[in-house]
Amino acid sequence: MINFMLNGLDVAVEKGTTLLEAARFYGIEIPTLCHNEGLSPYGACRLCLVEIGEPGKSRLVTSCTYPAQEGLQVRTHSERVVKTRKVIIELYLATCPSSKTIQDLASRYHVTRVRFRRKHDDCILCGLCIRYCNEQMQGKAIGFVNRGVERRITTPFNRKFEECRLCGGCIYICPACQARCQGPQEGSGVCNACLNLSPPCLDHFGDAMCYMDPCVACEQGRKG
Amino acid sequence: MALLEKQMQVDQENFTTRNGQSLVALLQEVQEQYNYLPEEVLRELACARGLSLMEMYSVATFYKSFSLQPRGRHKIVTCTGTACHVRGSEKVTEEVSRMLGVKPGGTSEDGEYSLESVNCLGACALAPLVVVDGEYHGNMTAARVAALFREQLKKMKGQSAESFDKVIEEKAIAGCSCARLLAGEKN
Repeated sequence: MINFMLNGLDVAVEKGTTLLEAARFYGIEIPTLCHNEGLSPYGACRLCLVEIGEPGKSRLVTSCTYPAQEGLQVRTHSERVVKTRKVIIELYLATCPSSKTIQDLASRYHVTRVRFRRKHDDCILCGLCIRYCNEQMQGKAIGFVNRGVERRITTPFNRKFEECRLCGGCIYICPACQARCQGPQEGSGVCNACLNLSPPCLDHFGDAMCYMDPCVACEQGRKG
Repeated sequence: MALLEKQMQVDQENFTTRNGQSLVALLQEVQEQYNYLPEEVLRELACARGLSLMEMYSVATFYKSFSLQPRGRHKIVTCTGTACHVRGSEKVTEEVSRMLGVKPGGTSEDGEYSLESVNCLGACALAPLVVVDGEYHGNMTAARVAALFREQLKKMKGQSAESFDKVIEEKAIAGCSCARLLAGEKN
């Protein structure tokens, strides 16, 4: 077992456990887009950033690829992490404003503005679909082509590929192109429509707080 | 495709592992032989070597030195890196492009010349740099690059030089100033 500090708590996990797995095991929520339990960790979306090390000498690492170390100090929701995470979500919002997954993330982490030029892409290059195709379907029918700003995901020679079994798993697993958000506003690129609905349960229970996640009545995720 | 079979035999002896490093070497050999990466060859190799065609395509599109389109027999590379740019590589590229009637990244219609611009060749002291068939020529200017081409083409095969003359004549008819200059020198 490996003992380390997670948000000031002494915790113990088995050797080889990543920080993300450890945090989730102890009930700490860390957002991810490119992580899936059945696929190899990739560290592409950078949303699972955590701060490790002594204060003053700390650095940010992706928790999904960082294995727990003896005596490590990990902070999953420090000011620096939260601030960086918000900027990353903002960048994702600028890339794919019509993705419901990303709009929901923005709502949950209180991202209320987008300061970057909006691109309206359908892809965040997280590589989930490629790993799904390779590891679960043994297909290797899609992959990254080109590099830098021209990088995208496609089949060889941009044509229908005989090794593709048309399982549809790549589309199912995609965080950006599957669930569409209908309400990103032209000006801000932020939707927040789901948050602006008044929760029906509050009429009945006054100022009572909702502890259900997601709340069955209002279908909202936990806020913050 | 006897050629392909022979190559695959050689390949199988040379590259027994299937990691990315050997794939690059494999693609380099294919490119050396065919001047580009033909789709059929990639498919055959993927089949024979137990590689995924997607992996090969990813690597082939990642590196700028690999081409999936047929290239010209003579490769002309102009450097557009910072040092070369500052010292006027834009004009040099423009001049070469005009002389050959080929845009950067393209190949002339007769399949003789392809022109490429790269971001840095690592010889910034010689800026602006032009590479003709692997030979480096530094301190180029728009005027000097024309003279260089005449010199170079004499060294190249006769057929190519003739072809170049034809290109020059055609350009002269089209009213290109540099071609007229060159044609005048010749006469």
